[in-house]
Amino acid sequence: MQWNSAAEFFAMGGYGLYVWGAYAVTAVLVAVEAVTLVRRECAARSSRAQPEGKGRPR
Amino acid sequence: MNWFKYSSPAAFYPLAGKMAPWFLAAGAALGAIGLYIGFFAAPTDFQQGDSYRIIFIHVPAAWMSMLIYVVMAFWAGIGLAFNTRLSSMMAHALAPTGALMTFLALWTGSLWGKPTWGTWWVWDARLTSELILLFLYIGYLSLAAAIDDPRKADKASAVLALVGVINVPIIYYSVQWWNTLHQGASVSITRSPSMAAIMLWGMLVMVFAFWSYCIGAVLLRLRHIIRERERHAAWAGAAGG
Repeated sequence: MQWNSAAEFFAMGGYGLYVWGAYAVTAVLVAVEAVTLVRRECAARSSRAQPEGKGRPR
Repeated sequence: MNWFKYSSPAAFYPLAGKMAPWFLAAGAALGAIGLYIGFFAAPTDFQQGDSYRIIFIHVPAAWMSMLIYVVMAFWAGIGLAFNTRLSSMMAHALAPTGALMTFLALWTGSLWGKPTWGTWWVWDARLTSELILLFLYIGYLSLAAAIDDPRKADKASAVLALVGVINVPIIYYSVQWWNTLHQGASVSITRSPSMAAIMLWGMLVMVFAFWSYCIGAVLLRLRHIIRERERHAAWAGAAGG
């Protein structure tokens, strides 16, 4: 472990802006894609399950 | 087992629904392990300091951007040659995730270039060909979206994808063919082999995390495209899972 404190970790040896700038944009864009896809999937599954009422239709 | 069974959208749809959550979960788990190795197990680089830690997302994103393009062109080509609908849908499902990976490779590379090279951007062969890859993805998506008839859109965009595949070896070998600012395909950036090993492991775990995530995301998008395209078919109205 090379970090002595949380502040040192976030500073990244002076490269904090570059390292966290890269990771933040990656995290946000991947999260947006993942959440969009999962929500669309959940909406499709529930809208198909409802009209028939119970369980998987024939 | 008859694998051609899964070349039908109706047969592949439930299979994709079963597989996607596992790939997304594996991607998240591997990502957590990879980030732990990258930020806590791997030491500070003696030349680049901590700026090198961008490698743990830059290299996976860059590899995925090229790999997804080749897979996309492959399925687009199969769709064009054999008129198989699911192949073309797979190509369309791959494109947005591929474009995202290309953008991330460029973005993280830019933020890595500034502290190490002193510039956000340079028109060298590696960076320029990667930018062209982003334009190819955008062109593919625009062309596919601009044509109303889905079958015609499949064919036109497949031709674009296949022509553009020539760019992938250019990206890959650009650092050998031209004198670029971008470093060669080397992962040994440290003083001692043991440190290179832990950095390499962190990077490889992140590559598998990205790989797994991309498969999960593409499968979910493929299901969405199948629902859209096959909504008039009898099975699609009744398919639950």
